[in-house]
Amino acid sequence: MEQRAKIAEYWGLDKPATERFFIWLRSILHGDFGTSLIYRRPVLDIIKEKFVTSLALMITAWLFSGILGFGIGCIMGTFNGKWPDRILKKICLTMCAIPTFWIGIVFLMFFSVKLGWFPMGMSVPKGVPSEQVTIWQRIHHLILPALTLSFLSFANVALHTREKLVDVMESEYVLFAKASGESRFSIWKRHGLRNVLLPAVTMQFGSFSELFGGSVLAENVFSYPGLGSAASAAGMGSDFPLLLGITLFSAVFVFTGNLLANIIYGIADPQIREGYEHGE
Amino acid sequence: MDSMRIMNSDQPILEVKDLSVSFHMYDEGLEQYDLQVISNLSIDVKPGEIVAIAGSSGSGKSLLAHAVMGLLPENASTTGTMLYKGKPLTEKDKEKLRGKEMALVPQSVAYLDPSMKIGSQVLGEKPDENRKKAQKKAFARFHLDEKTEHLYPFQLSGGMARRVLVSKAVISGAELIIADEPTPGLDLEMALEALRCFREMADEGKAIILITHDIDLAFNFADRVAVFYAGTTVEIAPSADFVKGPEALRHPYSKALWRALPQNGFRPIPGFQPYARALPKGCLFAPRCPHKTEECEQTIPMQELRGGTVRCIHAT
Repeated sequence: MEQRAKIAEYWGLDKPATERFFIWLRSILHGDFGTSLIYRRPVLDIIKEKFVTSLALMITAWLFSGILGFGIGCIMGTFNGKWPDRILKKICLTMCAIPTFWIGIVFLMFFSVKLGWFPMGMSVPKGVPSEQVTIWQRIHHLILPALTLSFLSFANVALHTREKLVDVMESEYVLFAKASGESRFSIWKRHGLRNVLLPAVTMQFGSFSELFGGSVLAENVFSYPGLGSAASAAGMGSDFPLLLGITLFSAVFVFTGNLLANIIYGIADPQIREGYEHGE
Repeated sequence: MDSMRIMNSDQPILEVKDLSVSFHMYDEGLEQYDLQVISNLSIDVKPGEIVAIAGSSGSGKSLLAHAVMGLLPENASTTGTMLYKGKPLTEKDKEKLRGKEMALVPQSVAYLDPSMKIGSQVLGEKPDENRKKAQKKAFARFHLDEKTEHLYPFQLSGGMARRVLVSKAVISGAELIIADEPTPGLDLEMALEALRCFREMADEGKAIILITHDIDLAFNFADRVAVFYAGTTVEIAPSADFVKGPEALRHPYSKALWRALPQNGFRPIPGFQPYARALPKGCLFAPRCPHKTEECEQTIPMQELRGGTVRCIHAT
């Protein structure tokens, strides 16, 4: 009993919850995020370390879903209603309906267990000193989790791009471009892409929250030692300082994404940009 | 003005005969039907001539423009013949001719790409020096500031947008210009300037179809006026007849249209234009016509009458 009271006193658990919260908040303002209970190291160090690992995963998934999703969306929009569009649309809708963790398990079963193309998990091979891990090994470990993570947002980006492109191609200004003798390809390039690119880029930067949420699931399935799996480990292990730290950090991360989206819109959209310049 | 109209040659640039346009539509559930929006429409326009098309909304004016330019959506089907300079006009021809020999002046600023500067839109995909020069000239003529080139469509007023659209047709050098309501939103002076410009182009030998609601303005600039009703031509007459009044006109609908103008008494007639799905048999105007007889339920052909054509068996 005495031991327990001492431990409680050491961690400050004898104080009421509100007081503990304000102690935590004061430390945060001083830049001290506290010590993780499970890792026994400063929270900030852990976030930094895990984030670097996660970042590689998230950037890969982000670029993959953005570029490929936009490309596929453009194909669907161009062939609106014809068979390439119908097939791709069905695939995308199916992909939207599949949960991330489930597709992760399916990927593992198929590509890792059955075909043996990819490792079963982790970000580096087992039993190899970290300084001897090659970049190829890292990439090899990255592919499946990145695919899993990009799965959902890929379909979203593609369907969104398709919708926008169809709208543009059916717009009156495309009709007029046709009436002015512009070729199909020129219309697609001059009017289609131009008007679709901006919303697509904005949406891509606005998808940081889904990316972060998805990484918790994807990293858990693949035992990928990133911020996502650290978050769930902290949650399961009642590691409050780490969990709060990650929560704060993810808020900043998502905020940054949305802010970038806003800034890009302001620069790229003539309506907003010129509106400011003319003081309207 | 009359002296300039000698240039009219007899070969029409565009000749539309018995054109019908219908849309394949889906009803409730999987029921499908064809909606005939233009029926047996005939019109022609010669070099040096302005033909004004008058008629209420839904009478098929814009659709005719789209049918001629090959801009109808995929669920549309057309019957009848279209001749361009005496030769049948196929969809392929339309694709080749539009923007070069045929130009459209659309209705509003919505026909401009919102994310592209006016300059590059007016010049099109292949801007060369000649086009640039022509563009500067056209802009100056319509009192468009040089800075307009660098503006985006949302920065234009409605009137400026229309002047930009008219300029684009002027620059194209097309021989057939179809203007789909080019004047609303312009003040009287600008509207007159636009119409004067069409008149000048016609006098240079171009053929112009002027779809308009500003009927009284059109009477003064057009050579002939075609009156549309429920997707067909009911009368085509020299515009002088429309200036003279109902006695000179042939079709009861044209007369009613004339009387409905504010300066001519502002008198409407009862009833409304039939919806394309519920067209009456025979004469489309019969349900509202005071002279209706049993013979009106048969197919009514266009007939020549006093220097114009009319689709009415009772016309005198």
